[in-house]
Amino acid sequence: MDFQIALLLGQDGITNGAIYALLALALVLVFAVTRVIFIPQGEFVAYGALTLAMLQGGAIPATVWLLVIMGALAAVIDGSAALRAGQTKKLTGVLGWNLAYPLALAGLLAVLPLKDLPMLAQVLLALAVVVPMGPLMYRLVFQPIAAAPVLILLIVSVAVHVAMVGLGLLFFGAEGQRTPPFSDARFEVGPLLVSGQTIWVILASIALIVALYLFFERTIYGKALRATAINRVGAQLMGISPSLAGKLTFLLAAFIGALSGVLIAPITTIYYDTGFLIGLKGFVAAIIGGLGSYPIAAVGAVLVGLLEAFSSFWASAYKEVIVFTLIIPVLLWRSLTSHHMEEEE
Amino acid sequence: MKLKNTLMAAIGLAFVATAAQAEINVGVIVSATGPAASLGIPEKNTLALLPTTIGGEKVNYIVLDDASDTTTAVKNIRKVISEDKVDVVIGSTISPNSLAMIDVAAEAQTPMISMAASARIVDPVDDKRRWVFKTPQNDAQMSTAIVEHMTNSGVKTVGFIGFADAYGEGWFEQFKSVAEARKLQIVANERFNRNDTSVTGQVLKVMSARPDAVLIAGSGTPAALPQKTLKERGYAGKLYQTHGVANNDFLRVCGKDCEGTFLPAGPVLVAAQLPDSNPVKKAAMDYITKYEAAHGKGSVSTFGAHAWDAGQLMTAAIPVALKKAKPGTAEFRAAMRDALEGIKELPGAHGIFNMSPTDHLGFDQRSRVMVEIKNGTWRLVK
Repeated sequence: MDFQIALLLGQDGITNGAIYALLALALVLVFAVTRVIFIPQGEFVAYGALTLAMLQGGAIPATVWLLVIMGALAAVIDGSAALRAGQTKKLTGVLGWNLAYPLALAGLLAVLPLKDLPMLAQVLLALAVVVPMGPLMYRLVFQPIAAAPVLILLIVSVAVHVAMVGLGLLFFGAEGQRTPPFSDARFEVGPLLVSGQTIWVILASIALIVALYLFFERTIYGKALRATAINRVGAQLMGISPSLAGKLTFLLAAFIGALSGVLIAPITTIYYDTGFLIGLKGFVAAIIGGLGSYPIAAVGAVLVGLLEAFSSFWASAYKEVIVFTLIIPVLLWRSLTSHHMEEEE
Repeated sequence: MKLKNTLMAAIGLAFVATAAQAEINVGVIVSATGPAASLGIPEKNTLALLPTTIGGEKVNYIVLDDASDTTTAVKNIRKVISEDKVDVVIGSTISPNSLAMIDVAAEAQTPMISMAASARIVDPVDDKRRWVFKTPQNDAQMSTAIVEHMTNSGVKTVGFIGFADAYGEGWFEQFKSVAEARKLQIVANERFNRNDTSVTGQVLKVMSARPDAVLIAGSGTPAALPQKTLKERGYAGKLYQTHGVANNDFLRVCGKDCEGTFLPAGPVLVAAQLPDSNPVKKAAMDYITKYEAAHGKGSVSTFGAHAWDAGQLMTAAIPVALKKAKPGTAEFRAAMRDALEGIKELPGAHGIFNMSPTDHLGFDQRSRVMVEIKNGTWRLVK
């Protein structure tokens, strides 16, 4: 192995690491606010990428029907609750977001010449389809059991993952998809040939991390989420709605997932079940950060990416083994150094 | 009390009546979901095209999905044998599942026709495997074709990138033994996973060994990733794929990076380009016409054709077995097995079947052709 190969592998590792970092941040966020270990995080990656690929193929993505169905269910639940409580004002909001929005989006997709739209519009449409599934998922699945122990939340989360993978196969078929790159630009940096897409991935990841930082530090909603993460009961006493916090968190997680998918779709082939493994590697990174620290999780993600790249060079047959074995020493080290108090149960 | 007795008698009669009716039950186990779904779905679609009456008897198909999972496959074959009393089992899609099902089929003395590739499913034909047949070509036949093509075009050294599973491992073993015999040197041997998002490391390792050609052993669209990465890194040597990629989705995902790639495949892939004298052409075209009529033009794949061939074997064996025994009996199943083993010169979509007590695949050199990817389509190499 010479210097050039090391550089190439490093570049590869950092690109993958950037995606893992985004997913790790989303996992830490979701766990901190709702105590859900969010296994379906990876599915949003696959849904985002494959929805974009379907749009570019000129078809109406099947995911939009899932959105319509989820919206209708949420509308029935929330709408009947609002009716019973006599809150007719609230009803318009409920119906608007849960019924009108998905239907309007489906109508828009049916009308627009999807294949010929500029790529930015296609990406925005794909995000518009996939991202609202996050808060709807929280409303339908996790909000009714928000007070359940972590283990139950985890089991439900696994169930949601399995359901989403199955639906993914139904929507997108068994074969993989690839989308054209955002730019065909290539840059020569010393011996390296860096593709434009790689730069997109890294820049978008950094931009998103900065944006998340600003969101949590500067905005009232961000502070509300942080407050909920630190002390759920306390935050509730201060007037922060836990269901709003949950929905907002899932919105962010779905956005991060879908955007990651859109970013990596031109670099690699995405399958209906690709998301799980990507999400799992993000999870390893999140574990390195103890499911609590954003910066350590991000650094851990880059570490996972680099480890993956170099082990695929040295011992490709054992790559996954090496990456996932990393979790054992990390857990050992964490359990030896931290004096962790068990939460409620 | 009287009413109850009458009812019991009626139910009893109905039961006897169904048992006496000689319907043939066929258990079908495919991997229609899970990692092998891209193979299992066309197989499932194909089996739906099989006739519902053979030799004057009604045929019932009991179709179960094993989710590409070995345990489920075994559970499913037990279910169709014990509950549905099937006379023959078709399945499963992938080798690990088929291998695990052998024991159950042999124990229940029920003939089984596998659609998976591994030679070990039918080789050697021992006490258990005498009940088992399969339709896809052996990897050995395919690797011989590749090695022949390589040596003829002056390749001396070759790099190997394969799936980190039974498919890649099996191919490497087969390819190595043929390559060594032909003095072809394997200079690199790397593995990747179906779901990998990057294979840069493996590709760099292979390229640093500077092979004349690279063989990628993967199935379906995942096999496009190493090829695209090789091209991206400027690899200029010859590229070979295996017959596992022979579907149109692969061409779509791989795009122009696959131009000039060689692969061995069943003749069904290029059926229209075969000379009319080739007996496989008619059988293959027959399948393609039927499949595309049901699922649209360009939808046909070679994987579905393995299921079609399994159906052809079964359809040929049933009339012979019907002469000896009634369906639903152990004698019928034994007669089915004998009839399958006795099949001679039966044209399928992938080749001509000549079964024998020592060969439960029955394919010869007519079951494979070399194909080149040119202008985004498959071209027969003459």
